[in-house]
Amino acid sequence: MQARPSARVVLVTGVARSLGARVATALQADPGIERVIGVDTVAPPVTLGRTEFVRVDLRTPAIAGIIAAARVDTVVHLNLVTAPSGPRATIKELNVIGTMQLLAACQRAESMRRLVVRSSAAVYGSSPRDPAVFAETDEPARPPRHGFAKDAAEIEGYVRGLQRRRSDLSVSVLRFANFLGPGVDSPFTRYLALPVVPTVLGFDPRLQFLHEDDGVEVLRRMAVEDHPGWYNVAGDGVLLLSQTLRRAHRPTVPMPAQSISVLGDMGRRFGGMSGFSPELLRWLTYGRVMDTSRLADELAWRPEYTTEAALADFVAARPPGGTAPLDLFDRLTATLGR
Amino acid sequence: MEAHRHERDAVAPVIPLRTPEPAINPVGRTVAFLRRRLAGAYEVDEFGFDPDLNESVLLPIARALYEHWFRIDVEGLEHLPADGAALLVANHSGTLPMDALMLTVAVHDHAERPLRLLGADLVYQIPVLGHLARKAGHTLANPGDARRLLAKDELVGVFPEGFKGIGKPFAERYRLQRFGRGGFVRTALEAGAPIIPVAIVGAEEIYPKIADLRPLARLLGLPYFPVTPTFPLLGLGGLVPLPSRWLIEIGPPVELEEYGPDAADDPMTVFELTDHVREVVQQMVYDALMRRGSAFR
Repeated sequence: MQARPSARVVLVTGVARSLGARVATALQADPGIERVIGVDTVAPPVTLGRTEFVRVDLRTPAIAGIIAAARVDTVVHLNLVTAPSGPRATIKELNVIGTMQLLAACQRAESMRRLVVRSSAAVYGSSPRDPAVFAETDEPARPPRHGFAKDAAEIEGYVRGLQRRRSDLSVSVLRFANFLGPGVDSPFTRYLALPVVPTVLGFDPRLQFLHEDDGVEVLRRMAVEDHPGWYNVAGDGVLLLSQTLRRAHRPTVPMPAQSISVLGDMGRRFGGMSGFSPELLRWLTYGRVMDTSRLADELAWRPEYTTEAALADFVAARPPGGTAPLDLFDRLTATLGR
Repeated sequence: MEAHRHERDAVAPVIPLRTPEPAINPVGRTVAFLRRRLAGAYEVDEFGFDPDLNESVLLPIARALYEHWFRIDVEGLEHLPADGAALLVANHSGTLPMDALMLTVAVHDHAERPLRLLGADLVYQIPVLGHLARKAGHTLANPGDARRLLAKDELVGVFPEGFKGIGKPFAERYRLQRFGRGGFVRTALEAGAPIIPVAIVGAEEIYPKIADLRPLARLLGLPYFPVTPTFPLLGLGGLVPLPSRWLIEIGPPVELEEYGPDAADDPMTVFELTDHVREVVQQMVYDALMRRGSAFR
């Protein structure tokens, strides 16, 4: 599958954030790549080595000039904002309008060969009518109607449009499960860090995680090798939310879904917390599992970290949580058993 | 002396010691189970099946009903395959899906394999019930999940009558309803898995549905709101099932290999097979009903 010439000039969007920076670093270590250009709206907090940083707002046509001037042949588009870090309208504009501008520029540029787009497992939505496992060909039982999940679904639609118009482009779209790992900061990791973690009463969703190292490796391979298509990306195996929280030693309190969203709203308004977006809440109610065999077959590679191992690595890097209930249980049974 | 013993050890035949079984007393087992649950140290498959919880909590509860309340007899156990995929197709009745639960116990205890049921999406909308159904190894009735389970060589169970069967009035007991649209046959044909017909007799009498409060059902978003001799008259007490005697009969497999996977795309074959399986199950139900005799004795 490597008939096309390999990447020489790579443009990475979203390098100011941890995933983008790590992918840029991984790509610049490849001697076959002449130039790595990183773009974002703000400067990255760390230096990126030989990656050339260009500050550009994706929502403006300026990106077309950069792609044309540098004769970019590969674009790795990672600028999907998944966290509700600002007003919803702004994030939507960053995600959707930014992608539209980038795709328009890609369509115009004759040097373009490969496009790799970060999407999300959230495009499958979460509902009680879901199949237990989603394959890439499955349609969501209930398409997402809110937040970044809806953005991701719209972005995929625009990518399909570009693919129709530029059939010579090799396009890979990656639907990532939730990232976990020592360096990950996401709505879910913030949820895990709450002093007492609320869960939806009467539900115990199935979850999948992807270690950030594996995410970077998949993106690197997709950028330098030729694997067109849509792929689910997640660590092997499944964890239940209850299991996840017990392994992370988090105290939990089950409560009805409505009161969680009210609580999250109050936290966002008064406590500066990120709140519970409707899609996060649906995911924490019904969960979602993806079939990752297509990616494994295509790359002949499996993520190094399983879902369990990704969680374990994440937990190990955090300050030790309260193992008090378990310790108490052990001490009690030891006393009683004597 | 030392060298001598060494030499003797070297030639002596090795007699393996029986490894001591860890914590076989019930208290030790319970403590070990609770510790696993508290630490989250157990595994679930991609469907959310939690064998640890199922064997330690869910099945024992169902088994108590199975043995002491419904006093279930099972016939035709030799037709359950020891390994490989198969699709169990059973009649559905009883207002609440107690028959599904009891069939799970029968298959688990006699064939020593988990039975993975395909259930209605209503189950997965109801708090507690939804995740317990997943932890017991069941999933939603859709072609994708059924295909995936059969590909994993699981025993899959399906009740093609659906709500029409389980919610039919007591007057129509033991008369099989339409077998859906034959999706189960298509899935079995694709997977090359045999269909094993199952007749469950006794579930019709546990909650005899004598009326249906349709407006109330619509209000609650349920397929029916049953009135039985005890419910809602006795309130929650009306949820205690009547202690009918059950007979579960497992029939000889309907082999589908001669049709080949292409037959799944031929609607006529699918319809004919669906009708055939339905007739087989209906006949088995009538036979089992005769052999069981009176429901309450």
